[in-house]
Amino acid sequence: MRGNLRALLYLSPWLAGFAIFFVYPLVSTVYFSFQRYDLFTLEPVGLLNWEYFLKDQAAWTAIRNTLWLVVVMVPLRVLFGLGVAQLVTRLKAGAGVYRTIFYLPALVPLVAGTLGFVFLLNPGTGPVDALLSAVGLPAPDWFGDPAWSKWGLTLLGLWSVGDLMVIFMAALLDVPKQLYEAASIDGADGWRQFTSITLPVIRPVLMFALVTGVIQTLQYFTQAEVAARVASGATDSAGSVFTPGYPDQSTLTFPQWLFQQGFRDYAMGYACVLALVLFAVAMVFTLVLLRQFRFAEEES
Amino acid sequence: MKRLLLLSTALLVGAGLPALTACTAGTESGPPKVAQSGASHEPVTIEFWHGFSADNELKAFDETLAGFQKKFPWITVKPTKAVQDSQILQSVRGGNPPDVALSFTTDSVAEFCKAGIFQDLNPYLKASGIDPAALFPKVIAEYTQYQGKRCVMPMLADAYGLYYNKTLMQGHQPPKTMSELADLAKKLTVKNDKGDIKVAGFVPTSQMYENAPIHTGVMVGGKWTNPDGTSAIGSDPQWKKLMTWQKDLTDWYGYDRLEKFRKSFGDEWSAENPFNTGKVAMAIDGEWRTAMLAADAPDLDYGTAPLPVADDQPQRYGAGYITGTVIGVPRGAKHPEAAWELVKYLTTDTGTLVTLSNAIRNVPSTLPALQSPDLKKDPNFQTFLDVFANPDSTTLPAHVNSVFNQQTLQEAQIKWESGRASDLDALLAEVDKKIDEKLKLTAGG
Repeated sequence: MRGNLRALLYLSPWLAGFAIFFVYPLVSTVYFSFQRYDLFTLEPVGLLNWEYFLKDQAAWTAIRNTLWLVVVMVPLRVLFGLGVAQLVTRLKAGAGVYRTIFYLPALVPLVAGTLGFVFLLNPGTGPVDALLSAVGLPAPDWFGDPAWSKWGLTLLGLWSVGDLMVIFMAALLDVPKQLYEAASIDGADGWRQFTSITLPVIRPVLMFALVTGVIQTLQYFTQAEVAARVASGATDSAGSVFTPGYPDQSTLTFPQWLFQQGFRDYAMGYACVLALVLFAVAMVFTLVLLRQFRFAEEES
Repeated sequence: MKRLLLLSTALLVGAGLPALTACTAGTESGPPKVAQSGASHEPVTIEFWHGFSADNELKAFDETLAGFQKKFPWITVKPTKAVQDSQILQSVRGGNPPDVALSFTTDSVAEFCKAGIFQDLNPYLKASGIDPAALFPKVIAEYTQYQGKRCVMPMLADAYGLYYNKTLMQGHQPPKTMSELADLAKKLTVKNDKGDIKVAGFVPTSQMYENAPIHTGVMVGGKWTNPDGTSAIGSDPQWKKLMTWQKDLTDWYGYDRLEKFRKSFGDEWSAENPFNTGKVAMAIDGEWRTAMLAADAPDLDYGTAPLPVADDQPQRYGAGYITGTVIGVPRGAKHPEAAWELVKYLTTDTGTLVTLSNAIRNVPSTLPALQSPDLKKDPNFQTFLDVFANPDSTTLPAHVNSVFNQQTLQEAQIKWESGRASDLDALLAEVDKKIDEKLKLTAGG
């Protein structure tokens, strides 16, 4: 009994933090989701916020867009990051220079990087489209055409793949060289070595990159917001109205819609519904991650 | 290594929790105090948050505050510049608001009044013996009060009209109807050999700087809402008329070419604005542009005129869209009586409004200031004073979903102009549906 109390005493700072920063906000969020809450006044409305969620087309569009980014952008970033890491770990000369070049974009602040990218891809003045036109290729309105806008964001994600590249480089350099030497003696070609040695050894890192990538993408906000605002040409001044998701809500992600509802439209009760949905989805992915890590640990 | 990765992941998931915590906090305080007559003149310092940031604006504002200080020596004003609405909201929620706050947008006025974010100023007006109906043009009441509460006062106003480049106009007079505008826009447009636009007579899309539907809707007299707050957009044929006109002219240019041209423009607020640089012959803009043109393009030969109107509404020519800067006393202000003195000085004192108007070229927002002989007038600025005084000029009445309603219509406009939607009736019916459902969510309408 005394031991339990002592344990509780030692745990109390964590318990206090857990209660204040997790349990209380979570319970409040559930409570507010049944209220009409304009940031200042509360009015019980039963299931109104939840019913609105079911028929809110923009929310479902945001879900579709976010899932698109999860399904397309995350795997592409992992593949591209792995490819670049393979490349720079094998370079004999100038490896340091190339590693720096590929890593640098990851250091650029998100807003500045996105601004630069939108200007590069601007159909009116950007060099990318000018180049594409010069060689006879179609020059799309990257962030102005809903068919291309998410691809534009994906390109931006690939450009700033340095964070993944560094993790993959560390993992690749960690693979014992003698395994490759033994495989070469057995006559295994490069692809066979990659699939039979490299991939199994770096599997936990790949899994980490994938699942953290998914969780980050579920919270994707800044790049989409900035790209849409710049591409729309919307007046950036006090009093101007900006529609997130430009064009045609094609870049509207779930966290953007949550923010818009809670802090722009004064519908915080409804925003709490969206927050709970986002929390549930992120939790599912976290559980999957924990299971995968357990398997990986057991296998190794 | 794996445990480290696991820990990193757990931290990352935890980083999502602020989205949940953001939903907490906020309680209501007591009712606002009524101004005390014969209040003591004990020295007091009041906080004043405003959104001005340009050098000329700040200079004019500092001079105005110096005038206030001279008149009320016991009140010291501590101004904070470049403040946005979100900061005002957070300060009120946090229980530490400024004594006076100024907002550039009227979009939040309904919410300011409904949720009591700003105090109702009617008791202060009554105590000071001010009759708003006699002091302000009628249209101002629509954006400074909501459901009987006047929680903000107007401090200068904005009116919208048509700017035209006299050189590019080639002797043509400014258009008075939308048909004339379209015809002239086509005549004045210059394209290169490839068909790319070099100079546009007029850019008709809603995405052009000041072509938002709140400004262009006045051209057809489009109605936003019914008296019960529900959407009137789908049932008012005027919106269909406006959007059809915009689409026809957009198609004449070619949407892709027009977008490519639009995206080559500089920032609206910079000297690279396409009207300044002669890339567009006619543009919709506010009265403040006269001051910017004087500073950034002093040699530009231009004129101003009211917005063209629908061909079947010639009697409405001269009307425009009106809005303005609003100022009030936030809930929880520590010195409401002193704050009211500043609000009163900035919104009702003729000399103050005229001085500010002359300095930053906004429309003065009281009837006496409009008629003041000290108000600097030139033909280009006079256009906006006339628009402001026109009884058919309109504003966007305060609405709890003001921003959402505007966004929803503009999204539909972009879809329509781009050709990504082909059934205008269905598109506008969808706008109505979204607006009405949102109204139920936020106001129970």
